[in-house]
Amino acid sequence: MELTRYVTIGQYLPRESPIHRLDPRTKIAAVTMWTVAIFVVRDFSGYALLALVLGGVVVAAQISPGYLLRGLRPIVFLLLFTVVLNIFFSGLQGGTVLFRLGPLLATREAVLRALFIGCRLVGLVVVTSLLTFTTSPMELTDGIERSLRPFRRLGVPAHELAMMMTIALRFIPTLLEETEKIIKAQMARGAQFDQGNVLRRARALVPVLVPLFVSAFRRADELALAMLARCYRGGEHRTRMRELSFAPRDGIALAVATVASVVFALPYEVWGRLLH
Amino acid sequence: MALIEIQNLHHTYHAGTPEAVVALDGISLTIERGEFVAIVGGNGSGKSTLAKHLNALLLPTEGEVRVDGLDTREPASTWEVRQRVGMVFQNPDNQLVATVVEEDVAFGPENLGLPSREIVERVEESLRVVGMLDYRRHQPHLLSGGQKQRVAIAGILAMRPQCLVLDEATTMLDPLGQREVMETIHTLNREGVTVIHITHAMEEAAQCPRMIVLSSGRVAMDGLPVDVFSRADDLHRLRLVLPPIPALASQLRRDGLPVPERILDADDLASAIASLATERVGHGRVGNGAD
Repeated sequence: MELTRYVTIGQYLPRESPIHRLDPRTKIAAVTMWTVAIFVVRDFSGYALLALVLGGVVVAAQISPGYLLRGLRPIVFLLLFTVVLNIFFSGLQGGTVLFRLGPLLATREAVLRALFIGCRLVGLVVVTSLLTFTTSPMELTDGIERSLRPFRRLGVPAHELAMMMTIALRFIPTLLEETEKIIKAQMARGAQFDQGNVLRRARALVPVLVPLFVSAFRRADELALAMLARCYRGGEHRTRMRELSFAPRDGIALAVATVASVVFALPYEVWGRLLH
Repeated sequence: MALIEIQNLHHTYHAGTPEAVVALDGISLTIERGEFVAIVGGNGSGKSTLAKHLNALLLPTEGEVRVDGLDTREPASTWEVRQRVGMVFQNPDNQLVATVVEEDVAFGPENLGLPSREIVERVEESLRVVGMLDYRRHQPHLLSGGQKQRVAIAGILAMRPQCLVLDEATTMLDPLGQREVMETIHTLNREGVTVIHITHAMEEAAQCPRMIVLSSGRVAMDGLPVDVFSRADDLHRLRLVLPPIPALASQLRRDGLPVPERILDADDLASAIASLATERVGHGRVGNGAD
C-alpha cells in the first residue's frame, strides 16, 4: 500500500498506555478544551507550556516523537504558505523593519506574529493527532456518539453521524487500494499522471475518479443490504459490545487537562501579577 | 414443520412499469432443518433473487415464503426472520462494517440489543468456530479474501441463526479461500446449522447432499448431485458445465467405454476404470475419440 504510507493523520497506534485506556469522551473533552486554549493563547509562553504538557502526553502514550513529527509532513506546505503570507501581509502598521523584498516589507512584529500563527497550526495538528493515535476509530465514534446524545432532542442525529464516521474510516483503505488499482490500470493503457502542468494532471485524474465513484456507489448499495441482513435498524434498541464507562482515572485526567488549558490560556502578565 | 417453505413464489422487479422483469416464476421448495443445499444456475436464473427472499430483503410479488413458520411479508416478523436466516454476500469487502474484526462480528448482536457480556461471549465463540480468534484485533482490510469471508460468517453466526445463506460467497475468492469457506460451512452444517450455498462452481455443489438447479426463475432440477449430473444433456441445455470428474466419466461413456453412471469423485472413477481394465472391456476401443 503506497498511499496509506503518506497519510498518518487519523491513524491509530495500538499501545497499552494509560492514555490509551482513558475513556474516549475524556480525551475528546481534553482535546476540545486545548483547542480552545490554543486559540486563546496570547503569547509564546503559553505555547511553551503547551509543548511541555504535550511532550508529557506523548511520553505517557508511548508514541515516538519522530512518528508524531512525520504526521506534520502533509501540512508543511500549508504552514510555510501561512507563515510567509503573514510576514508580508500582516496588516500591522509600523514597527522595526527587519528586511525588504522588493515592495514587500517584513517587520519584527509581523515575523513574530507569523511564527505565532505557525505555532498555533502545529499545536492544533499535534493535539488532534494525539487523539487519533491513542483512540481506536470505533472508540472515537462511540465517544462522539455518546457526547452528542444529549443534543439528540435538538435534532442532532448522533447515532447516524457516528455510523457514517465508522463506515468512512472502514472504507478509506479499501478505496485507496481501489484508486491505486485504477491508476495502474490507466497507466497500463498509456495514461500519464506525472506529466504536464497542473491543469493537465488534474484532467488526467478524471478517468480515475469516475470509475472510483461508480464503484463507491455500488459498494454503498451492497453494504446497506448486508447491514439490513444483519438486523441493522438505526440506533434504537442497539447495544454495544463495550459500553463506555468513566473510571477514576478519567476524572483525574480531565482535571489535569482543565487546569492545563487554563494555564496556557492565561497571558504571561496575569501570571506575573498572580505570582507577586 | 420445515425450516423454509416456499410456495409458488413469483418476483417481478419494477412490477407494473414498462421495465418489469420477471426474476422468479413460480418456485415451490421446502428446506428442512439441518439440510445442506446447493443452488446453482446460470446468470439471470434467479439465484440471488431467491436468496434475498429467504431473509425478507425482498418480498414476494406473489406466493409466499415462510421461515420457521413466519411469513416474510409480515412487517412485524421481518427482524425475527433476519435473525433466523443469516446471509453472507459475494464481496467480502462490502459487508464488513467495522475497522476491527471483533467489532465487526459484534455488529449483528449489537443490533439485536443483547447485553454486552453476552455479545463478548458470542463474538469469541463465533470467531473460534470459523478459526479466526487469533485475528480478533486485526483490521479487516489486511486479511485475505478467505479470511474476510470467514469473519463475515462469524458475524452472522454471532446472531445464532438457524440457517446460513451464502450468496456466491466463494465466487470472488482464490482456490485456497474457497476451500477455507467450504470447510467452515461443512463444519457448521455438522453442528446443525442449515446451509444454503448459492454458487456457480459445480465442484462445490457436488459436495452438497442436495442440489437445486434454477433456470429462468423456475426449479429445473432438484435432487442428489449424482442424479443431477447424470442428466448431462439437460445441464448442457441450461448452459451449465459438469464438474471435471462427472464430465470425464460422461465423455468416456460417449466414447464407448461402459463406465457406470453416478460417478462423482476421482476415486470412484479410478476404481470403475480399474475394474473395467481387469474385465478387459473396451480394449482397443478407447482413445480414438475422433468424432
